[in-house]
Amino acid sequence: MERPAWAPRNIDISVPSVSRMYDYYLGGSHNFEVDREAARKAMEFMPGLPKIMQANRAFMRRAVRYAADEGISQFLDIGSGIPTFGNVHEVAQAARPGAHVVYVDHDPVAVAHSQAVLRGNEDADVVAADLLKPQEILASPQVQRLIDLNRPIALLLVAILHFVEDADDPYGAVAELRDALAPGSLLVVTHASYEGIPLPPERAEGAVDVYKNIRNPLIMRSREEIARFFEGYDMVEPGLVPMPNWRPDTALEDEDPYSFSGFAGVGRTA
Amino acid sequence: MTAEPDGPEDRLRRFATIWSRAVFPVTSTSLTRPEFEQQLVPLARRLSDALRARTFEASEGQAVGAALVAAHCTDPEALSRALDCVDAYLVLYCGEDGPQEALRTRSARLQHAIAAGFAQALRERTLAEQEAISQAALNARSAVAEALHASEARFRAVFEGAAIGIGIADLEGNVLQVNGALLRMFGGSEQSMRGRKVQEWTHPEDAPQVWRLYEELVRGEREHYHVEKAFYRPDGTALWTNLTVSLLRDADGEPQYQLALMEDTTERRLLNLRLRYEATHDALTGLPNRTLFFERLEKALSAGEGQRFGLCYLDLDGFKTINDSLGHAAGDRLLVEVADRLQSCATAPGEMVARLGGDEFVALTTGLDTEREVDALADRIMNALITPVRIDGRELTVRGSIGIVEGPAGERGPAEVLRSADITMYRAKSAGGNRFELADPEADARAITRHGLTTALPAALDRGEFFIEYQPLVHLGDGSVRGAEALVRWLHPQHGVLGPDRFIPLAEHTGLIVPLGRWVLEQSVRQARAWQERHANAGPLRINVNLSPCQLTHPGLVQDTVDILEREGLDADALCLEVTESALIGADDDLLKPLRRLAEMGVDIALDDFGTGYSNLANLRRLPVSILKLDRSFTQGMQQFPADPVDLKIVEGIVSLAHSLDLAVTVEGVETGAQAEQLRILGCDTAQGWYYARPGPPDRLHELALVDATG
Repeated sequence: MERPAWAPRNIDISVPSVSRMYDYYLGGSHNFEVDREAARKAMEFMPGLPKIMQANRAFMRRAVRYAADEGISQFLDIGSGIPTFGNVHEVAQAARPGAHVVYVDHDPVAVAHSQAVLRGNEDADVVAADLLKPQEILASPQVQRLIDLNRPIALLLVAILHFVEDADDPYGAVAELRDALAPGSLLVVTHASYEGIPLPPERAEGAVDVYKNIRNPLIMRSREEIARFFEGYDMVEPGLVPMPNWRPDTALEDEDPYSFSGFAGVGRTA
Repeated sequence: MTAEPDGPEDRLRRFATIWSRAVFPVTSTSLTRPEFEQQLVPLARRLSDALRARTFEASEGQAVGAALVAAHCTDPEALSRALDCVDAYLVLYCGEDGPQEALRTRSARLQHAIAAGFAQALRERTLAEQEAISQAALNARSAVAEALHASEARFRAVFEGAAIGIGIADLEGNVLQVNGALLRMFGGSEQSMRGRKVQEWTHPEDAPQVWRLYEELVRGEREHYHVEKAFYRPDGTALWTNLTVSLLRDADGEPQYQLALMEDTTERRLLNLRLRYEATHDALTGLPNRTLFFERLEKALSAGEGQRFGLCYLDLDGFKTINDSLGHAAGDRLLVEVADRLQSCATAPGEMVARLGGDEFVALTTGLDTEREVDALADRIMNALITPVRIDGRELTVRGSIGIVEGPAGERGPAEVLRSADITMYRAKSAGGNRFELADPEADARAITRHGLTTALPAALDRGEFFIEYQPLVHLGDGSVRGAEALVRWLHPQHGVLGPDRFIPLAEHTGLIVPLGRWVLEQSVRQARAWQERHANAGPLRINVNLSPCQLTHPGLVQDTVDILEREGLDADALCLEVTESALIGADDDLLKPLRRLAEMGVDIALDDFGTGYSNLANLRRLPVSILKLDRSFTQGMQQFPADPVDLKIVEGIVSLAHSLDLAVTVEGVETGAQAEQLRILGCDTAQGWYYARPGPPDRLHELALVDATG
């Protein structure tokens, strides 16, 4: 029998979770041995993985600040994972006190953790939902309460789209979300790619295989394929670029070579 | 605060810069390096101050170590690099001009303290985060558990609240769980169900496949089955259900349980049985009706080799008279009594009695020896009718005519058998009734059932199987042909030419008389017109056409007649419509209105068969009639010589009465010259009969008229 929509999937913490692996890469301890084991295996192929994650966080921080500077005070972060530090709500609410933030993740442990972190924060909340079901996200009480879809929002899809296989139609899901956004809204995306990784592709593939083995395949896409997520949106300068190149605050020579792996971009709807 | 170049503040900043450059690459902060450096400046200042403080506090080092962890320098390499940096540059940049040896000692002790503070903070952070994530996992699990609990509660509510009976058993057939609806259906308690075995629930009415399907399911060869099944309730009554059984498998696809869903159909089944009973039984007598009889007959006729059947078709003699004279209620009571008696005649297995309708009954016997049995059955029926039936204090004698058909199964269909029985019954009836006759294939072939003719009638009109013969009407005064009566015939493909008495009553009954009558009128008028054209010198030839009672009441009569006369170009006064006296008995003004209108137009109306009904002479005045047609019974007495004086008197009286009312008199059935002469003397105006001519084709009349004209 198919699981009814309202019955959550079971929780098996003996299976590695990409959220907790991400936390481990960032030096956190919100993880279990299975997560660390998988992360260490991936790092055997790509020792610089943590730097890529760090670059993701740094980009997200700049993008959120940019959005806040642009007058946006509503943030929808899908695939938020386990917020270790430098989260959207911290950055956004520091830049614009009272900014509203809704996190979305389909990992029930990540959601439970977010609930604990956000306890007492009236302006931020978390939804357990799947990127592939945009209507469930948009119709959730949390989004209904905190996000006014008639005003511009920043939609963050940071380090999530590369976990969706083409068969599951990530383009369709993103298009559905794009269509729900008011003019002036921003779409913030980072995505893994073989382009920019300072390693021979065979080595990078080793890391990709690790994710395949934990049944969370990592889908490496080309720059063109990633650009298609922004269909109909105008790219904010400097466009779809390696993460450190997106509106850097400091000189690029401080950046680790790994941080140029993959792409980041921000699009705006007219 | 501006730092003067190479002043203490500037040197402190330079120390922080070196420190941040060393550590930044191994941190996981999302800050930029300059931002990170800004975080290190206060830490550098604390170290600098501690280095030169009057009293040395190692705890400052611990605070700095803890602050590094808070700034997300959680990698041990970050500590190592930070200590390297302090070791190499703290005294150099922040020692100012203090005693080098003492500063180096303090620097070393600060490093120990930083390391201890870092370790302590990292340990606490790690434990806190482990605690947090474990808690999150627990919370998530309990959320799942709650959701599962809620879902289970919902399922339980569905299970318990379902109107349908639900039961779960293991594959050995042990009942594990049943819901309230199922218990209510069975009328038992939960205890009485638990521990029972599915296999115990056999019932004599189980279809043969029920338990084969069950075995297939529990062996895992079948996913589900659907049957209609009966169960015994604890009180011994039957519970009928629509039962669906499904196989439940575990996650690996192994069969685990069987799930039964059952709907109580007991009431519906009873209702169906009752409806079926009502549909197959006669409401008045309770006997099986025509439907059930045909089912049984069909079954008997399709029985196997050697099987035979015998059928008695009974029609009561004179039942109509009883109904008409004593009323329908009495008639019904008579039928009930007859039904009861018949029922007692057919009690053996394979025998049945049914009422086909009206006063028609059938008795059926089946088996191997029906040749003998059917005669015995007919005898029993005749005997059963001998005793008079007492109704309302009267003793009514009941007689019946029976047609018997007997034969082997597998040769004829039910309709054919019943037709044969019907024909045979009529044979018995025409032989005087109160008897039975055996079917005879030759007699069958000759006999034409009303049924066969009735069903063939509509197609016969379409196929042009009717034709018209004309019998001349002769003027008694001069013997000239004045016209003819149109008489319709049916050229039946099997039975040859049939007279109107054979099919007009049937056409009246089915309503076909209206189109048939219209067709006859049309043909006759057209013929009359043709005669007039060919025979202009012989005076106007009139045409008499019969109107049946049914046509009289048909609303289109006047318009149809007018249309036909106009279309064919015949004057209204060349047409005479004949209406029987009985059709006009008790006629009210509504019925007479169309006749009056036709009479006003010039159409003659003749009162046919006059003298056979309750001739209401007073009534004659108000009828729009211009001709009386005397029934042939009056003229029969004049065929011999001398004529019956009473008949003569009667006819004379009628003629005189008619003439005084300004009515012409036509006589029918004139067969001899003597008759014709008598009638002429008595003052009759017109005559028809075999003496002049039999009905014949239109050309015959033309010839006769021509003879007149030339003679």
